[in-house]
Amino acid sequence: MTPFEGYEFTKRHCLDISDFNRADIENLLALGMHYSDLDVQKHGPRDVLAGKTLINLFFENSTRTEKSFELAGRRLGADVISMQVASSSVKKGETLLDTAATLNAMNPDLLVVRHSESGAPSLLAQKVSCSVINAGDGTHAHPTQALLDALTLRQAFDGDFSGIRIAICGDILHSRVARSNVQLLNMLGAEVRLVGPPTLIPTDADQWGVDVFHDMKSGLAGCDAIMMLRLQLERMSGSFVPSRREYFHFYGLDREKLSYAKDGAFVLHPGPMNRGVEISSGIADDPEISLITKQVAAGVAIRMAVLHALAEGIR
Amino acid sequence: MSTLTITDIRIMDPASGRDEIGHVLIEGGQIAALGDIPVRGEVMDGHRLSCCPGLIDARVKAGEPGLENLETLYSASRAALAGGVTQIVVQPQTVPVIDDLSLVDFILRKGDPLPIDIHVAGALTKGLDGKTMTEIGLMSDAGAVYFASGPNPIENAQVMRRLMSYAATFNALISNSPVTPELSNGACAHESDVSARLGLPSAPAVSERIMAERDMALAELTGGRLLLDLISSAETVESLRRGKERDIDVAASVSINHLALNELDIGDYRTFAKLDPPLREERDRQALLRAVQDGTIDIVVSDHDPQSAGRKRLPYAEAASGAVGLELMLPVGLKLAAEGELDLMSYLRATTIAPAELLGLKGGTLSVGAPADLVIFSETEPWVLDSEKLLSRSKNTPFDDRRMTGRVRHTFKQGRLVYSAG
Repeated sequence: MTPFEGYEFTKRHCLDISDFNRADIENLLALGMHYSDLDVQKHGPRDVLAGKTLINLFFENSTRTEKSFELAGRRLGADVISMQVASSSVKKGETLLDTAATLNAMNPDLLVVRHSESGAPSLLAQKVSCSVINAGDGTHAHPTQALLDALTLRQAFDGDFSGIRIAICGDILHSRVARSNVQLLNMLGAEVRLVGPPTLIPTDADQWGVDVFHDMKSGLAGCDAIMMLRLQLERMSGSFVPSRREYFHFYGLDREKLSYAKDGAFVLHPGPMNRGVEISSGIADDPEISLITKQVAAGVAIRMAVLHALAEGIR
Repeated sequence: MSTLTITDIRIMDPASGRDEIGHVLIEGGQIAALGDIPVRGEVMDGHRLSCCPGLIDARVKAGEPGLENLETLYSASRAALAGGVTQIVVQPQTVPVIDDLSLVDFILRKGDPLPIDIHVAGALTKGLDGKTMTEIGLMSDAGAVYFASGPNPIENAQVMRRLMSYAATFNALISNSPVTPELSNGACAHESDVSARLGLPSAPAVSERIMAERDMALAELTGGRLLLDLISSAETVESLRRGKERDIDVAASVSINHLALNELDIGDYRTFAKLDPPLREERDRQALLRAVQDGTIDIVVSDHDPQSAGRKRLPYAEAASGAVGLELMLPVGLKLAAEGELDLMSYLRATTIAPAELLGLKGGTLSVGAPADLVIFSETEPWVLDSEKLLSRSKNTPFDDRRMTGRVRHTFKQGRLVYSAG
């Protein structure tokens, strides 16, 4: 399966895009492409993770990420369990490290973690003896989302998107998706732009190797792809931006703003969407433009790829 | 098209630095020619008189909507013209607060038929609550020329930071009252031996400086445009001077009251001299005059604040603060100039071209092709101010019975004579 002669995937964890070198990423994307074939995904050999245990440990609610890891694990033959953190001992005051010790005693092979605090998965990775996969930590990283976005873009741009111009728009400040995507897209040779009101863009983000814009017209000019980010409802009532109405007026993606980008530009969104806040329904549902459902489909494939690669690494 | 030549008049235009005796030709509502030019059309003799661009008053409370008993846009416009003012910016602290684009639109429509230009300062926060950002982008598009904190400052630094940072996208100017609430709450006078003797609750001048410093630091951090609204102390002038040296995008306003009066004008608890910020010491007034002279303070405003006699005739601490000032905009400057306290050209700059440039307004200058908004005045005419004769609906002024030197004779708006002294 490996794309390079003599290459071996040796990483134990998947915590952040910066854990990987270019060869690792190419390997993961090639595996992802392989698993994108539904025949392989659903009816392929289920022995890659046979006898392995995957624990989903979600301290924050999630539907799509948790279920796609669960599906990915099962389709590779792993035993998958989900810890119901909301009703577990964590609620009774157990610390993260105590939870880690307890889980470790059950000898899992793969631990998929989502946590509201940045850095929590790294802390866990230091304390458990299995592989840890970061499924989103605070406002830090969401590496599998970035990988699935890259896979979606590769498919949309016929296998190579180096040199394309892509704008990530909206609430960059609170977005782990944006941070991971900036790293990965830069590594893969895209020209990345961040577009949003200054209240939602981190200070000095221009030092991440991106261009920062505060208005959609100049930000979207000449873009081949646009990634819209979710704006949490509580952030659009006067603290970061004044109102939904104003946010949509200046930063919501509608046909007019889309026309600032290149003809035929694609639109991505990590979901869940706020229709009429950051994106108009017409665009979200237009199959010619929107890659949003393709992103979800790529999610299972890329997570199978990550689990597969880590399992090889463990071996 | 009517043609009018005003002859032999002292033409004072701070924008171009022009200060000479000549003719002004008005044609089609515009200034058609200036200086040593042939006389055409109707003639108005300007001998021994002076003229300047129509004044711009960036801080006016005009009562509408909701406080029409104190002032209306109509009565304010009449008072404005009598004070040589042809453009005003109304403040958002009305009932309801101007925190929505429909209210901006309401004021602009209401002002449209009036003989002065009416502009709007939108509220920075919803209902002026000091916390919830308003639709700065949409209100800017609707025509709001700047955004104001209202009578109270934006207390929370995080809120102020976000406001400045957000407003920077639209290049919108944000005005905050430089007051530190923890020091100033409950105070009604400047902290000094005078207020101590009067036994009035007072706040130190540094209350103003602390907030001004905070806001300038935030302007530096965010790249936002800041207006320090109504500064009144020597300390703040020093801070402002340093801020400008650091290239911070900061401007400041001062009221005519603080240029002409000091704490001694409170005298025996004269509530008509109760202002916010309070009148301070003579050395503060001198520092403010110097700062207007050298341009450190960008604009002079009337801080027109109509109050009913009932709200003024109360024990000092309970009385409302504020004074009407529209009709005194030019006369106060003329008085200061006549007394040798301030160069008239500097005063005119701070009331014409400086506010026009700060707020992005047309006018503020006498140049060929500019709208013929101009004021004809006598620099020497002595008169005594009688508050009952003010055109403003409210008569609260600390200048009642004062001797004045210099008076507005005529005001033109787009070439039309809209005011003449009776």
